[in-house]
Amino acid sequence: MRVMVGVKRVVDYAVKVRVAADKKAVDLANVKMSMNPFCEIAVEEAVRLKEAKKATEVIAVSVGPKASAETLRTALAMGADRGIHIMTDIRTDQELGSLSVAKILAKVASEESPDAIILGKQSIDGDFGCTGSMLASLMDVPQCTFAAKIDFDASTVERETDTGTEIVKFPGLPAVFTADLRLNEPRYATLPNIMKAKKKKIDTKSIEDLGVELSEGNEVLEVFEPPPREAGILVDDVDGLVDKLKNEASVI
Amino acid sequence: MISRLTLTTRRLVSRPIRTFSASAADFNDGFPTLRPAVTMFSEEENAVRDMVQSWANTELKPHVRAMDQEGAMRPEILSSLFQNGLMGMEIPAEYGGSEMNFTSACIAVEEIAAVDPSFAILVDIQNTLTNNAVRFWGSQTLKDRWLPRLATDTASSFCLSEAGSGSDAFAMKTTALPSSDGSTYTINGSKLWISNSKEAGVFLLFANAAPDLGYKGITAFMVDASTPGIHVGKKERKLGLRASSTCPLTFEDVVVDKDCVLGEVGKGYKYAIEILNEGRIGIAAQQLGIAKGAFNATMPYLRERKQFGTAIGDFQGMQHQVAQLATEIHAVECMTYNAARMKENGLPFVKEASMAKLYSSQVAEKVASKAIEWYGGVGFTEDIIVEKFYRDCKVGSIYEGTSNIQLQTIAKLIAQEW
Repeated sequence: MRVMVGVKRVVDYAVKVRVAADKKAVDLANVKMSMNPFCEIAVEEAVRLKEAKKATEVIAVSVGPKASAETLRTALAMGADRGIHIMTDIRTDQELGSLSVAKILAKVASEESPDAIILGKQSIDGDFGCTGSMLASLMDVPQCTFAAKIDFDASTVERETDTGTEIVKFPGLPAVFTADLRLNEPRYATLPNIMKAKKKKIDTKSIEDLGVELSEGNEVLEVFEPPPREAGILVDDVDGLVDKLKNEASVI
Repeated sequence: MISRLTLTTRRLVSRPIRTFSASAADFNDGFPTLRPAVTMFSEEENAVRDMVQSWANTELKPHVRAMDQEGAMRPEILSSLFQNGLMGMEIPAEYGGSEMNFTSACIAVEEIAAVDPSFAILVDIQNTLTNNAVRFWGSQTLKDRWLPRLATDTASSFCLSEAGSGSDAFAMKTTALPSSDGSTYTINGSKLWISNSKEAGVFLLFANAAPDLGYKGITAFMVDASTPGIHVGKKERKLGLRASSTCPLTFEDVVVDKDCVLGEVGKGYKYAIEILNEGRIGIAAQQLGIAKGAFNATMPYLRERKQFGTAIGDFQGMQHQVAQLATEIHAVECMTYNAARMKENGLPFVKEASMAKLYSSQVAEKVASKAIEWYGGVGFTEDIIVEKFYRDCKVGSIYEGTSNIQLQTIAKLIAQEW
């Protein structure tokens, strides 16, 4: 089995983002960028398949600017075998929409013909969570989203739902999987592996090279910070609390 | 007249200004090529920073307060350091190391110090002192014996100081007398303030193998910590770096084979000076990490905390203090990594390393102290981490050459130039 994983370079989860002066996007200048945490989980799952000798090759793919090569390098240091970098200067957090990325990944998949494609369930910048499903539709293959556990021998996936998890059977491979938080705990790229990753190959292509026609993404009208939380009030006693919950908040 | 000319020439040659001169290689088609800023790092170095930052915040940070109170390192965190390749950063891959450069080791020390300076000193000593001493001067036997273990499972201590010899390190009294046939050495004496000696599996020990020769008898040994006759004493109770063990060691008729000698007999004083010269850059990285750790832990609070209806960070009096210290932290960063690059490029770096070490310890103390003030009353409590940075940084002006010794070194080198 050959596995393809998607990795996206996003603003680091710990960064407090600022809205850019034109209010059209978040400011990316001098902001720490990292691999999308759900993509880390996807890479980990693929690498574990390789270690369990179930996968023969793990190919990491990233769509993004020049610096996305660093993100690919991290995937290689975690254990992916080689990387494919689809270079673009279009901002991947909003301008390059999910459908365009899905088309690009579908084209790469048609060239690489992987048996399984594992993506993160969403990226923490745009938070659309659509790419995996769109990719499966474009490829006309089964999709198993929000995976908490994937069993390739039994062809089953345990999925996260709003009320718990459910186990679904998928008809077979190839298929697209999207990783949820509990699928695994990703490893660190150890320092010796960071050095070994230098020797692994990354192919760089442009969207034009692939011949993919991009879809129009959403137009961003305005980006703004969430409204600040208003200060609470102190109640004198339990009776006061019950009274407010009953008569003001109407929740009991 | 001639002597005057000689003096001038020597001055010009020895002054570091020459490193700024352009050579043919600096130009590309007649245009000067871009030279990287001192704060620009390679892709691997950035990857190290990302990895260590994320490791330190996830694996280390949740336990920092408890380990400070318990006065001990948690073994699982120590083994995680080994598993992730942080204890053998410059050791070649053939010995199981990470095969990185010195700057990467400094980056790791800095990032760990920003979370827990106690672990930073462990990583620093291992990488910049022990591992490098074995790499530089160890025999093939010593390299084969120790490098794989240092990279994968064995912590080490650097055993130089004694009760009567701190800054005056070569006044040491510990002896390592050769047997009559020269096949073994018998070590007797005691060492003091030995960092990580509870955790260490091997000691890089300095002892005099020929006391008649004075400091020229000082010899370095790689001694297995389990060798009979070595006693690791009670842990010192310290102001800071409490999770890191600091103990006295006594050596009572400890017999080691002659193959435990590191490098040449009688060259120990030279090795100690040289490795500590480099080590100072590592300490500067630790102090830089402390300064950044304290600063970063405080900045969000300046936005949150309101007094007189205003976030305290919006008062100009606060803003100017913040700007001043941010400037000093940046200066330390430039000095530290410039010294590291000078060393990597084979340039003389002793003065710059001493300057970085001296100034970094001053800035770390100042930032940690100010961070407590900026927090106000709560900063003085253990609820906030900055008081720990304040305690942890203090030894930065003492170990691996006190501030007075750094000033002495810098002054001596300036005097040579003029």
